[in-house]
Amino acid sequence: MAPAKPDRIGDILLDVSGVSLAFGGVKALHQVSFHVREREVCAIIGPNGAGKSSLLNIVNGVYQPNAGTISFAGIQRRAMSPRKAAASGIARTFQNIALFKGMSVLDNIMTGRDLKMHSSLLAQALYWGPAQKEDTEQRRKVEAIIDFLQIEAIRKTPVGRLPYGLQKRVELARALAAEPRLLLLDEPMAGMNVEEKQDMCRFILDVNDEFGVTVLLIEHDMAVVMDLADRVVVLDYGRKIADGTPEEVRENAEVIAAYLGVATEADRQALSAEAN
Amino acid sequence: MSGQLDTFPRLLLDHAAHRGTRPAMREKDLGIWQTFSWQQVANEVRALACGLASLGFRRGEHLAIIGDNRPRLYWAMSAAQALGGIPVPLYQDAVAEEMAFVLSETDVRFAIVEDQEQVDKLLELHARFPALKVIIYDDPRGLRNYPKELLRHYDDVQEEGRAFERAHPEFFAEAVSQGRASDVAIMLYTSGTTGHAKGVMLTNDNLIRTGRGGIEREHLTADEEVLAYLPMAWVGDNLFSYTQGQIAGFCMSCPESSDTVPTDMREIGPTYFFAPPRVYENLLTQVSIRMQDAGWLKRWLYAKFMDVARRVGTKLLDRQPVSLLDRLLYATGDVFIYAPLRNVLGLSRIRVAYTAGEAIGPDLFRFYRSLGVNLKQLYGSTETSVFVCIQPDGQVKPDTVGTRAKDVEIRISDRGEVLVRSPGVFHSYFKNPEATREAKTAEGWFQTGDAGYFDDDGHLKIIDRAQDVGQLADGTLFAPKYLENKLKFFPWIKEAVAFGDGRPYATAFLNIDFQAVGNWAERRGIAYSGYTDLSSREEVHALALGCVEAVNRDLSRDAKLSGSQIRRFLLLHKELDADDGELTRTRKVRRRFIAERYAALVDALYSDCSSLSVEAKVKFEDGRMGTIRADVKIRDAPVSNTGSPLRAA
Repeated sequence: MAPAKPDRIGDILLDVSGVSLAFGGVKALHQVSFHVREREVCAIIGPNGAGKSSLLNIVNGVYQPNAGTISFAGIQRRAMSPRKAAASGIARTFQNIALFKGMSVLDNIMTGRDLKMHSSLLAQALYWGPAQKEDTEQRRKVEAIIDFLQIEAIRKTPVGRLPYGLQKRVELARALAAEPRLLLLDEPMAGMNVEEKQDMCRFILDVNDEFGVTVLLIEHDMAVVMDLADRVVVLDYGRKIADGTPEEVRENAEVIAAYLGVATEADRQALSAEAN
Repeated sequence: MSGQLDTFPRLLLDHAAHRGTRPAMREKDLGIWQTFSWQQVANEVRALACGLASLGFRRGEHLAIIGDNRPRLYWAMSAAQALGGIPVPLYQDAVAEEMAFVLSETDVRFAIVEDQEQVDKLLELHARFPALKVIIYDDPRGLRNYPKELLRHYDDVQEEGRAFERAHPEFFAEAVSQGRASDVAIMLYTSGTTGHAKGVMLTNDNLIRTGRGGIEREHLTADEEVLAYLPMAWVGDNLFSYTQGQIAGFCMSCPESSDTVPTDMREIGPTYFFAPPRVYENLLTQVSIRMQDAGWLKRWLYAKFMDVARRVGTKLLDRQPVSLLDRLLYATGDVFIYAPLRNVLGLSRIRVAYTAGEAIGPDLFRFYRSLGVNLKQLYGSTETSVFVCIQPDGQVKPDTVGTRAKDVEIRISDRGEVLVRSPGVFHSYFKNPEATREAKTAEGWFQTGDAGYFDDDGHLKIIDRAQDVGQLADGTLFAPKYLENKLKFFPWIKEAVAFGDGRPYATAFLNIDFQAVGNWAERRGIAYSGYTDLSSREEVHALALGCVEAVNRDLSRDAKLSGSQIRRFLLLHKELDADDGELTRTRKVRRRFIAERYAALVDALYSDCSSLSVEAKVKFEDGRMGTIRADVKIRDAPVSNTGSPLRAA
């Protein structure tokens, strides 16, 4: 019952072209180009240190690229800040959960709506006039997300008391609260058990399907990537080595080499000697 | 409207007419309780019923209902009843295969389900059951790209219904007026401990008369609050939430999700509540755990005042004489401990709380009563529309299920089986005349399969399943499960297996609770290497002996069971395990299997020997087989001779 994919995918939303990034002498990214289409689920994979998180950090303005251009929704930009990225419709989650541990789930998700609040700080503090109405409206939207991600039971629980898998879900909820066009997920399933991974996959697909959100995610678990992604971009040592559908990427010799290593004749002999 | 309120749709319309603006149902949506008045509910039900009719739903036809407790699913139930159809709620967590049996039996054409999860199950089955014609779903999430032929959205069906009604304005009233009290109002599948599930058909009359009897007995009013949180497919939810709500006109609230029940309980504050014993047990466990984390002052207060509550709480609840000092102490405790605790548990406003389904531990039972929660046991089954016996206020004895409910006749058969005849006794099993004949006599007596008897005060005491009850060699009544339950209520004892049928006296195998006894041993500095070692400790035997003695003392007060006191027992060297086939998957002991497997030990219990060397095969978790060797000691337990039966205080 999988939805017909080609229909739903639209024009190019994010276009990364010739991006390079270096930390001193370390070249994290070298001439990386790829694009993500509207309503697509795109996965970035690659071995540790391949530059995946750096790429995500460039997209949402944490790092400035040394070379290359990025255009989002048709607008090309050079200098970018995380705030501007958020305002333009990019939300993200983090590899190491970055929630406010002492605050409740509800309050954490509410922070995701910060940019959607229009009344002044004073009005909000006094909870007066339009601020009150706005708060109610914001809360309604947040509750819809809570319902969507099925976290009603932990609404009032401080985030620090939740198990890891649920914290990841709360982080996704906060990102969704910003009503993004592009959702960046940095290893949304790291450290989860199989069941939690399945749940998370389901939620990501639902988010994509229900809200039409474009998803760019980093993931290590190949099985997850193959199930989830419409397209896969493979990085190795800061370079893009493959880009295509999961099937194409899986067959790609360079990818196999980067992921599994290449067996030399000496290796084979060593293996057979061990077996005997 | 005719004066006779003898069917569900008539009750609904009557409430809409007389208390139309009062709350009938609540549901938490987006974090806020949304209330539906009786008038709103009646309108929604009418629209849905007309929608169903326009889709071709016929009188007498089954309507499958699958999902969590949601007002819209209860409306589906009402809509089917209004059309003279038979709602069949199914367990929402059942897998598709389990639903297949019901679909094959009922040839159901219409189903109303909650969400994608349930739609998926039905679609999976559709290939095999092409009769299924319409699946109406409530929550559209994830269903946008599903094939449209079978699926209909709830709102759309109601919309069609409103259009249908404009064309046939008299339709609904006419459909309701055709309903008769003797029509089947609902079909509930019994889990069936024996063989296949059976569809129990209950009529309007069964449910309404029985429900009304309960309402009169407990003086329930239209102001009660209940939380509908048990599966809709279970008779418990149907009777206590839906049926009695529809009769008395009180409001039922549906929890936001199954995970939020404790929070929802607190927010709603039910006045009338039903739960199986394990729910009460879980609540108590939560309290205990949180108390252990509390500061020393709170812990001290809790311990002090719980002592007071244990001493006088139940007496106060039963309006027995209590000294003024104790009254003052209890009132103080109420301010500091009991009231806040009841509030945390969501039991602040409880007037009547019931438990049933299985035996409840006396300590657990007393805990709630001593807090001032009027917890009572009742006895009944799906086939009797629940109410057979209820503990009356002020005369609650932990080991009986109380006196007979209104219009209920009870007879004890020669075999000791409890037979029931009442307005609530079911119509028949669906498509199973043979099973109906077995369960229900021509005179309308339902054979419960439970063994029991009345005590001197006319309280029914259920002791065991009738088929398990036996006799000692001298003819004394022997109820193994009754003994086992009594033993298992001690925290030290995890499992117990009683023997005695056809034997000169009763004996028992005991399994210690490794965690509880292990902790106990550690606190006393008793070293042990593992389960087998711990079970063979002298100190642990003394501990178990204490439990057996207490059970014997208890039994000696009962004239009928006094003779079946436990004379000898042993602590098994290994834990009984479902992997070894000794327990069922629901952790019930398989007595016969155990007796065969440990025949040597059973023989030893009926000999003079005091120790036996045994080997047992065990299956490890990775599937390997291994053996455990141990010396099992056999102990004699003193028999209590209180002579004439004493009344339990």
